[in-house]
Amino acid sequence: MTDVSAAAVEKLVALFPDVLIGTGESCGQRYADVRRDRIVDLLTFLKSDAELQFEMLMDVTAVDYLNQGAPERFCVVYQLYSISKNGYFRVKAYVPEADPTIDSVSGLWKSAPWAEREVFDLYGIEFAGHPDLKRIMLPDYYTGHPLRKDYPLRGLGERDNFPKYAGGA
Amino acid sequence: MADMPSSPAMQVEQELEGDLGARRMIVNFGPQHPATHGTLRNIITVDGERVLKIEPELGYLHSGFEKLGEYRTYNQTVTITDRMNYLSPLCNNVGFSLACEELMGIKVTPRCAAIRVALAELSRVADHILSVGLQAMDLGAFSVMLWTFIEREKLYDIFEAVTGARLTTSYTRIGGLMRDLPPDFEPMCRAFMSKCAKTIDEIDDVLSNNTIFVKRTKGVGAISANDAIDLGLTGPLLRSTGVAYDVRKQRPYLGYEQYEFEVAAEQEGDVYARYRVRMKEMREALKIVDQVLRKMPAGPVNVDDPRVVIPLKDAGNNPQGGMEGLIYHFKTYMYGHGICPPKGEVYSCTEAPNGELGFYLVSDGTQRPWRFRVRPPSFYNYQALPRMSEGGLLSDVVANLSSLNIIAGELDR
Repeated sequence: MTDVSAAAVEKLVALFPDVLIGTGESCGQRYADVRRDRIVDLLTFLKSDAELQFEMLMDVTAVDYLNQGAPERFCVVYQLYSISKNGYFRVKAYVPEADPTIDSVSGLWKSAPWAEREVFDLYGIEFAGHPDLKRIMLPDYYTGHPLRKDYPLRGLGERDNFPKYAGGA
Repeated sequence: MADMPSSPAMQVEQELEGDLGARRMIVNFGPQHPATHGTLRNIITVDGERVLKIEPELGYLHSGFEKLGEYRTYNQTVTITDRMNYLSPLCNNVGFSLACEELMGIKVTPRCAAIRVALAELSRVADHILSVGLQAMDLGAFSVMLWTFIEREKLYDIFEAVTGARLTTSYTRIGGLMRDLPPDFEPMCRAFMSKCAKTIDEIDDVLSNNTIFVKRTKGVGAISANDAIDLGLTGPLLRSTGVAYDVRKQRPYLGYEQYEFEVAAEQEGDVYARYRVRMKEMREALKIVDQVLRKMPAGPVNVDDPRVVIPLKDAGNNPQGGMEGLIYHFKTYMYGHGICPPKGEVYSCTEAPNGELGFYLVSDGTQRPWRFRVRPPSFYNYQALPRMSEGGLLSDVVANLSSLNIIAGELDR
């Protein structure tokens, strides 16, 4: 069986040259670096193309490439899996720090909503068109996004400022 | 109380106040409820017994493991993985070490791979047997839970003999293991396996044709294969819908292709099918352990690679005893030295008891990962609870939740 990720790279180069920043390979796994503009189109294509069939969105996460020389500071990472072709592919969409927004893929996969909420919670990246975008791990009144690289490990003092239950009903 | 922001449930309760005749009611299921088996909360809107809406709320056990992992070296991070799925910590250890080894291009020794397989499969038994026991307890069969706890205690004795700890095992190291197996590992395992196989048969006898259990589980929370794929379900949940997806078969790691075992799959996708899948997987896991024990390879457990191997503190290599030992120790442990994978990234997945456990590591070439992401199976599995339970009865939420086997430590990380 040929590796489906190689076919995915070929098709993206041919069909999405306007948003493709580049493709790469690390540890034998291929990925595509893209701009965020047409992310829903691109993932719809990868999901529905008959030769690719990435019908499963295994994971959505993000990476903060602060001072790492990446195209933009944030990168939303989609791990796609094709059950029928037994292959993985990774799409990395870069999101600028000044306007951390990207279109939501919640309409494409039902696995996306919570994963996108987690990225929103911990990185502060907003997902346009998300049905219920709110914090998931941290309380609603939390400020700050802990997985950003400029957020210190010990926090910014939120722990001392949590509202306290004073007793009574 | 004035500063305390009100939660969605409190707001709805306020809206309904003064209208006791209203049929709609909010039921708070958790965070302190015996049937949640972990700290999680479901805000359930019911109309009589009928569930209209479920809003799961999580984060009670959020411990920032992903942030912590970015501040620890690769071997130190193994200890964090123990605390994620606390029913089968060895599977997490193995999954994480494999991801790092893939990042560095290391292949572990045959003996190390065999030991990892044996312990991961024993962990699978520990996880599934407890999951089945708790499921039975939630549906009223209390004695099954006690039998399963006895088996788990024996498994923990084995883990203690091998790793030195019952729960916080931290047994794997990048490129190898903490130490080799104890000499009496095989007899211990054999004794456990013969007893455990009997217990599994007994559970089968008690539950599989039990009218109450069957009526509470058959047709409850059924989900189709397409929905399961769409929701990102993996593990027993996906296999119960008829999709025979198992990472151990699809993308074998640690030499799983050498062992004969069947992928447990059912068609119905309901709570009963999930129970059947778990029962079959336990038997298959015991079969794998038996095969591993029969052809356990001899040889070293650590790879011969100076980049990763931790020096033994023997006479010739004692950091207190000589210059060479001190240099070796320094190069392994001091800041800026130690295990430094090349720049790159990897997504590596293993078949954990709850489903696909993935690790996405981004290395910047230093001794600490730039990004340490865990793809926890429970997180995606839990997202399916509203889909399974809405429209059903309130009591079926309990059956569904226990069949999902949500582990809060892995869910919230």
